[in-house]
Amino acid sequence: MIRINDISKSFGDRLVLDTISGEFEKGKTNLIIGASGTGKSVLLKCIVGLIQPDQGTVFYDRRNFSEAGKTLKTEIRREIGMLFQGGALFDSKNVEQNVMFPLDILTTMPLADKKERVHFCLQRVGLEKAASKMPSELSGGMKKRVGIARAIVNNPNYLFCDEPNSGLDPQTSILIDELISEITHEYNITTIVVTHDMNSVLGIGEKIMFIYMGRKLWEGSQQDVMNSGVKELDDFVFVNKVMKSLKAR
Amino acid sequence: MKDFGQYVLFLGSLFVRRETFKTYYHLVLEECIQIGIKSTFLVMLVASFMGAVTTVQTAFNMVSPLIPNFVISQVVREMTILELAPTIIAIIYAGKVGSSMAGGIGTMRITEQIDALEVMGINSSSYLVLPKLLASLIMYPMLVIIAGFCALLGGYLVGSLSGIISPTDYIYGIRFSFNEFTITFALIKSVVFAFLISTISCFKGYYTQGGALEVGIATTKAVTTSVIAILLSDYFLAELLLNK
Ligand SMILES: Nc1ncnc2c1ncn2[C@@H]1O[C@H](COP(=O)(O)OP(=O)(O)O)[C@@H](O)[C@H]1O
Ligand SMILES: [Mg+2]
Repeated sequence: MIRINDISKSFGDRLVLDTISGEFEKGKTNLIIGASGTGKSVLLKCIVGLIQPDQGTVFYDRRNFSEAGKTLKTEIRREIGMLFQGGALFDSKNVEQNVMFPLDILTTMPLADKKERVHFCLQRVGLEKAASKMPSELSGGMKKRVGIARAIVNNPNYLFCDEPNSGLDPQTSILIDELISEITHEYNITTIVVTHDMNSVLGIGEKIMFIYMGRKLWEGSQQDVMNSGVKELDDFVFVNKVMKSLKAR
Repeated sequence: MKDFGQYVLFLGSLFVRRETFKTYYHLVLEECIQIGIKSTFLVMLVASFMGAVTTVQTAFNMVSPLIPNFVISQVVREMTILELAPTIIAIIYAGKVGSSMAGGIGTMRITEQIDALEVMGINSSSYLVLPKLLASLIMYPMLVIIAGFCALLGGYLVGSLSGIISPTDYIYGIRFSFNEFTITFALIKSVVFAFLISTISCFKGYYTQGGALEVGIATTKAVTTSVIAILLSDYFLAELLLNK
């Protein structure tokens, strides 16, 4: 479980996040949704510590990450896996080396064990045949899957995904979404997925936080997202005519 | 000026929270090989021509029959070792190696590879930049030595083939009243240049924001800033070490 308390962040005089609080549950895919440019990525980066928030605290299972010392921070970092928007694979390394990298850096495992673990993870995302390919030879969806394999290779307790299906065709998107959701349940991970894709919301969202212009306007379950009564959320959910007619009925 | 402050902080960040020695060892070796592959041939080519042209032009300027021929190669020696080899090659190095450092790190920044390193708890600036810096400090002085050698060889070949100066005179001139300090000075210069080029280029790449266009801009800036820094420090080093 991850808790955030009153997270605020401005860039210059522009307030991007305004006192956001909330909880993300273990073993569930927690979604942060909202239109582009509302601060979702910044919020996610504040949670993992890539951006220092101006104010507010982040708790990882009651451990205060924001005020943690060096050892505790390293300990928590070891339990984090993150999937970036474009996959963020290291260009100079092949697929296998990419997935092995966290093990090289964070563990003292012998090589044979590392290889075994890497191949298990690649198998889990369905890419065992691509182990020796370079990132430039992969399609967008494959990059994301390698990114997922790299994120889960060190058995994380927390998984963060920034727009896991941006730039993918609808079918691949659903595949990636389901992979994330399965892994979350299988290994009982606290997963936070940032997305602006309604398909993901309806497909894998279990607990949903809606961000609008840097503020949290709504929080709830998938069942309630259709009838939240929040105008901004309705505008976000019922974007097209079909959905709107659904709402009218 | 704000950039300069940021640059100093950036330099500081290279030396804190480092990885294990073994990690760096491999990374440095890799970088050395990359630098070697990228620049050795070009450096040899440019240096040989530099030496050849200097020989021809020096000979052209020495119209007085009172000056012995071996002075030509003596001048070539002083010019290339002291100034042309370290400085001209530095500009080439900035264009070839510096730009690829800035481009590579800039791309890693905009594709979030640097963020990925940071999430794993790695000090990305140190992990990415320190190996490049160390590799430059090792490789660049070697390139300058190769360049000096090639320049003298180029002069020798052109001089003797075109009959401007006989091989014996040329060799005599090169050894005539030779001051070892010029070599020391050239190596000091090359270490300073290597440091400036690699850190400035990495710095420009590391703070890239935006997309592919900005990576291109960062690369160009890396080269221009490095070149300016080279020329300035060249002047100051000459003032400092030669002006007695
Ligand atoms: N490092 C930064 N410096 C300045 N502004 C930033 C930075 N990162 C993000 N922003 C701004 O914060 C706002 C929210 O960005 P982001 O969180 O990426 O949006 P999204 O919800 O689409 O992920 C954007 O308007 C962006 O311009
Ligand atoms: Mg985003």
